[in-house]
Amino acid sequence: MSEHRIEMTINGRRLVGTAEGRVSLGDFLRVDGGYTGVHLGCEHGVCGACTVIVDGRAVRSCLMLAVQADGSEITTVEGLAAPDGTLHPVQQTLREEHALQCGFCTPGVVMTLAALTGGDEKPNEDQLLAAMSGHICRCTGYQGIRRAACRLAAGAAA
Amino acid sequence: MKPAPFDYVAPTTVEEACAILAEAGGGATVIAGGQTLMPLLNLRMSQPFILVDINRIEALKGISRSGNATRIGPVTRQCEALASEQLASDLPVLVKALSHVGHHQTRNRGTVGGSIALGEPAAELPATSVALGAVIEVTSVRGTRRVLADELYLGPYMTSLEPDELVTGIEFPEWPQGHVTLFREVAQRPGDFALVGMVGALTMDAGRVARAGIAWFGMGPTPIRARQAEAALVGKPISGLDAGMIAQLAVADTEPFTDHHASAEYRRTVGRRIFERTLREALDLREAA
Repeated sequence: MSEHRIEMTINGRRLVGTAEGRVSLGDFLRVDGGYTGVHLGCEHGVCGACTVIVDGRAVRSCLMLAVQADGSEITTVEGLAAPDGTLHPVQQTLREEHALQCGFCTPGVVMTLAALTGGDEKPNEDQLLAAMSGHICRCTGYQGIRRAACRLAAGAAA
Repeated sequence: MKPAPFDYVAPTTVEEACAILAEAGGGATVIAGGQTLMPLLNLRMSQPFILVDINRIEALKGISRSGNATRIGPVTRQCEALASEQLASDLPVLVKALSHVGHHQTRNRGTVGGSIALGEPAAELPATSVALGAVIEVTSVRGTRRVLADELYLGPYMTSLEPDELVTGIEFPEWPQGHVTLFREVAQRPGDFALVGMVGALTMDAGRVARAGIAWFGMGPTPIRARQAEAALVGKPISGLDAGMIAQLAVADTEPFTDHHASAEYRRTVGRRIFERTLREALDLREAA
């Protein structure tokens, strides 16, 4: 049962901690980092609620060990809105389209959309909708999420 | 839903990784992308003493040409392979198969070698490597050996790899430009494991099928070569092919199972239909009267 020193940058802030080898990135972010916006649902890679951005890519934080993220740059849902509270475009669009009900799956949905629309390559509607298949909304509020994803796609009128 | 305790090591060279695996005597498990292994660890279906993380071994990453073959490092992420221009041009069917592996979020971390080494019978990449005749390079402290993908799979998640062996390369033989690709998968939702799937490639020469490599996934305990169908195709003029008859031969080689997703009968029926339709569409065959 090995212990590891872990250093990562989360939402622009450095976090140094220690964790057992078996601790998932999701648990580390929640427990050691206090980033409770990371929602752990199924903890075996099915639901997508725990999705965070690791070095620019949306990944499931329950399917990665904290020690594997040593040296990485991580963005959680807490890191998206501006300091003055202005929502990230993805968050604003989800809000306008009523794309959440209970909100449990929302941080994961937001992080996938933010990762895909935040880079240089602008994905089209089909690509965004396909990526949404990696998220389960148990309220079944998919239509709002679909509308938001379509609006965020390349070429869509804002 | 938390893994049992283990020691975690992250070697940076193949030699180091192999030495650890040799010393562990079967108590170690290799983690690459972890998109299948992490659920097994979280559910405690897998409880290794040592987890050997190969993500920091740079030599195991990347896509290159080795003679006429395409060589893929096992720790190449599925998303990177999916975006590879070289693969899109040389092995389009592999790219097609990759687009069906898991979800966008799991492909960002999952690796080509991890999927091939695990041998989930309903997964796309093991069947693709069997169909295309891939050779798996395997390394241990005892040396390096090469295994034909077709001889790698023994049962669900069971391969002919020894506990101390590490997959260090995957080589796909050349399929000439312009070859015909075959791929179809039936799943309940995008990203789910296939209920039934088939993948393969054909080359043509003067109106005849010159070479065929076709395999099933989700149709038995391992990926299964459609040997009888391949034999019925090779050497035959395209105009005289009976897609329905060949599909029947293809299904004859399978051993589908019944589970709570689908019955064996469903798999056989759907398998025969998708095989026939895929072949007909790929070769532009007319429907039998």
